[in-house]
Amino acid sequence: MLELHRISKSYPGVDALRGVSLAVGAREVLGLVGENGAGKSTLIRIVSGAERPDGGRLEFEGETAALASPADARERGIAVIHQELSLVPQLSVRENLFLGAGWSRRGIVRRRWEEGEARRLLGLLELDIDPDARCSELSLGARQAVEIAKALALEPRLLILDEPTAALSPREARALLRQVRGVARRGAAAIYISHRLEEIEAVADRVAVLRDGELVHSIDRRGPAGAGDGRLPLDRDELIEAMVGRSLSMEFPPRLPEAIGETRLEVRGLSAGRRVRDVSFDIRRGEVLGLAGLVGAGRTDVARMISGAMASDGGEVRLDGRRLDLRSSRRAIRSGICLLPEDRRGQGLVLSRSARDNFALPNLDRFRRLRGVVDRRREGRAFSRWREQLDIRVSSPRQRVATLSGGNQQKVVIARWLERGAKVVLCDEPTRGIDVGARYEIYEWIRRIASEGRSVLLISSELEEVLGMSDRVLVMHDGRIRGEIPDPARADPAGVLRIAAGIGLSEESSVA
Amino acid sequence: MPEGVGESAAGRWRRKLLDLLGRNLSVVVLALLCLISSVATWREQNPITSRSGGAVARQVLEACQTTCSVLVVARDTEADRVFAQAIEQGLDSAGARIAGRVFGQPRDVRLEVERIAAAGGSLDAIATHRIASEWGPVRTAGVPVFSPGSYHWPTFLTARNLLNVVNQNADIAIIALGMTLVILTAGIDLSVGSLLALAGVIAAVAAQEWFGGAAASPVGLLAAMLLGVGAAALGGLLSGTMVTAFRVPPFVATLGLMMLARGLALILAVGHQRRLVGGGAEGTPEAVRVDAAAFAWLGNGAVLGVPNPIVLMLVLFVAAHLLMTRTMFGRYVYAVGGNVEAARLSGVPVTAVLLAVYCLCGAFAGLAGIVDASRFEGGRPNAGELYELQVIAAVVVGGASLAGGRGRIAGTLIGAMIIAVIQNGLNIAGVASYEQKVVFGALILAAVLLDRLQPRLRRFRRKSL
Repeated sequence: MLELHRISKSYPGVDALRGVSLAVGAREVLGLVGENGAGKSTLIRIVSGAERPDGGRLEFEGETAALASPADARERGIAVIHQELSLVPQLSVRENLFLGAGWSRRGIVRRRWEEGEARRLLGLLELDIDPDARCSELSLGARQAVEIAKALALEPRLLILDEPTAALSPREARALLRQVRGVARRGAAAIYISHRLEEIEAVADRVAVLRDGELVHSIDRRGPAGAGDGRLPLDRDELIEAMVGRSLSMEFPPRLPEAIGETRLEVRGLSAGRRVRDVSFDIRRGEVLGLAGLVGAGRTDVARMISGAMASDGGEVRLDGRRLDLRSSRRAIRSGICLLPEDRRGQGLVLSRSARDNFALPNLDRFRRLRGVVDRRREGRAFSRWREQLDIRVSSPRQRVATLSGGNQQKVVIARWLERGAKVVLCDEPTRGIDVGARYEIYEWIRRIASEGRSVLLISSELEEVLGMSDRVLVMHDGRIRGEIPDPARADPAGVLRIAAGIGLSEESSVA
Repeated sequence: MPEGVGESAAGRWRRKLLDLLGRNLSVVVLALLCLISSVATWREQNPITSRSGGAVARQVLEACQTTCSVLVVARDTEADRVFAQAIEQGLDSAGARIAGRVFGQPRDVRLEVERIAAAGGSLDAIATHRIASEWGPVRTAGVPVFSPGSYHWPTFLTARNLLNVVNQNADIAIIALGMTLVILTAGIDLSVGSLLALAGVIAAVAAQEWFGGAAASPVGLLAAMLLGVGAAALGGLLSGTMVTAFRVPPFVATLGLMMLARGLALILAVGHQRRLVGGGAEGTPEAVRVDAAAFAWLGNGAVLGVPNPIVLMLVLFVAAHLLMTRTMFGRYVYAVGGNVEAARLSGVPVTAVLLAVYCLCGAFAGLAGIVDASRFEGGRPNAGELYELQVIAAVVVGGASLAGGRGRIAGTLIGAMIIAVIQNGLNIAGVASYEQKVVFGALILAAVLLDRLQPRLRRFRRKSL
């Protein structure tokens, strides 16, 4: 039904896809897996018409298709269900199902027809949902199911689901997987993307593994007898080996000989709803503690709670034995806990202001003269000092930070916390969207920060990075810490990924 | 393509010029408007000033040396007296004789000429200005008449008109300061017009009823004024609390306060009137008159010839500019407006900043209310109606982005002046107030459109050059 021939796509500095060829047929569910940044999202954006490939050919139902826009793709029968819901919460299920164009008769709603059709669609998915219920009253799982029903209303030939279970409970996720199988049984094709291998096992007929923009492995689970539900068992270890693959020979600066000191930060029983459950760990002076895990495992929430950016349900954090007040970032920063947020542009920087202003924002009290007047000379001197040390490439301190490259933006944030004299630096995906050269410089700085006796918590979805940079690694899955790797430099990446994917855990806590 | 590579010198200059113009668009617009107003008001000018008086004195002395006796003629206005005084000084210092002086009507000139003749005095010249030189008795007096030469100059561009334009819009400009802060945080304050009225009425009522009415001391009057400003600041604090603690959208919070404050101003004014006239008085809102003469000083006095409201406005603008560029608070305001989440994670006390901003906006509105009340020698409960819109227009025209984070105090000053100049230009050109509304509406739309288009324009500029 869908055939991709040698599709490639690059963004400035990255080859997101390198000659990927894939096919998915009718009555078939293709599972698509890969680490973060492997190219899954780019692939989906191309198939759904949101982006055009730089090279290669896309065939849909036997003819070469140049998808001009998402609307064009929809027209041809390609429906995408994203992680985020696209329902209008104030409207009823029925109104949401038929929200798009083309359902009315000359602009007048065909209510009787809609009622029948809504019942039919919900029946197809074996959903017990009142079509007149408001969407805001439904559980997340039910809403996700309505989302699928809405996609089915278009009678798609190809249904794409991108991490659809991220917000669902295990029971809801199981129901969703059944629905996807049902869709395939009725003759459509489906592409199912997930980090959760147990879901892939439950739903996919074939599995394709992407790594660094290339298709590296593919498993066909249909026996010689052909399609149907009599699928061969999936070897998850085989998948994980393929996802991790050989080392990317990523370079890391050498460890500095500074010794790791006594305990600096103690985290005890930190919790936030279902997202973070009873997380406890210590970080010592001069230590880089890695936090590995898949997206949504709760790592970012842990960092945000420690830095006062997000409220916790319970637990406490001690810095050098003193209990911290976690009610605001302001207090956390005062005590020396600083966060390099994952979303640099959205949470780290005020894009409309200059590099210097952004650097100075949390440090203004240090440049203050009497009565809150900023001493601009002192501020400027401090900025030039860090600009030189970190090699921040700006044409002038007044250059708007929005116009800097990702690496330089990140350096501005790092400089800000170094000036502050941070005792603990929480780095959430510090190299995301940063090119290779600047990446290495940031690694060097993480090392230096640690060697000065500060503590670093390093969160990264790139296994290579978190293993290569950390003195010790904790692995999170589903809001809990599931494993500790004492010597990450010599650890087996596949083993880490296995813990992160929740393989080998009791059935109760996993999903499928 | 890196800038400046492979560009001709002319191209580079063109780019620089366009860049400069693009960045200071509002200055360019203001300059253009002034130019248009100047051209449209190009008239014959007959100055009646001390300088032109001196010039007349020199003319007289040149014609008949020091021996002649001169009659000085002027009307009975302040400017005329200054003018006449300058003539006399000029003549006196050279030793010429003043035969007489007239401040009044043509009839008075005839009487004075007759008096001099009757007294047997000699009369060799009349020194006067252009207007009086046309009077019958002056022309028929039979002696040479000296008056300063006239010249052509735009009426718009006279010191008097310019001071007038700025003076009349000083209150708008002062409120626009506070509004700039609010808009920088991506908020809006609709209550400023009402707070202006409330502050004026409170100050007036306090001056009349608590601080001694006509006998109020300057300290008492100051206290009354501060009371008014304080009330308005409190109002601002209220909307700030609604916005921060209860997450009410600024538009709604300040809309409520707008009605609330206006109602309070009316109630206070009517109540005062009842107490004045007795319980039976009709409840119609009238201005609360302040009897103490000193109350009017702020609105009507002048320092070195510059009206007090302008002085106050300039002082406040300089202070606000320093506040926004040199202090932690200013940086915090820009950060909160630019990216509230990043500001919070950087340790900016977001709630306190927002509270302070709304409080300051209220205080500025209150200050403008005091100026207004002082100018009219009483608090008018209906003052400042629809001011909020004019003020927002001034801020937006001055280049601030309603999305927050972008805008400058200097820009707001220019925005307020643009609005003032257009108003003045339309008035001089005789455009009716209804049509003025249309012009203003179009102006605001154009300014906002420009704001929206700016990223695209910038891209276009970069691409085309």
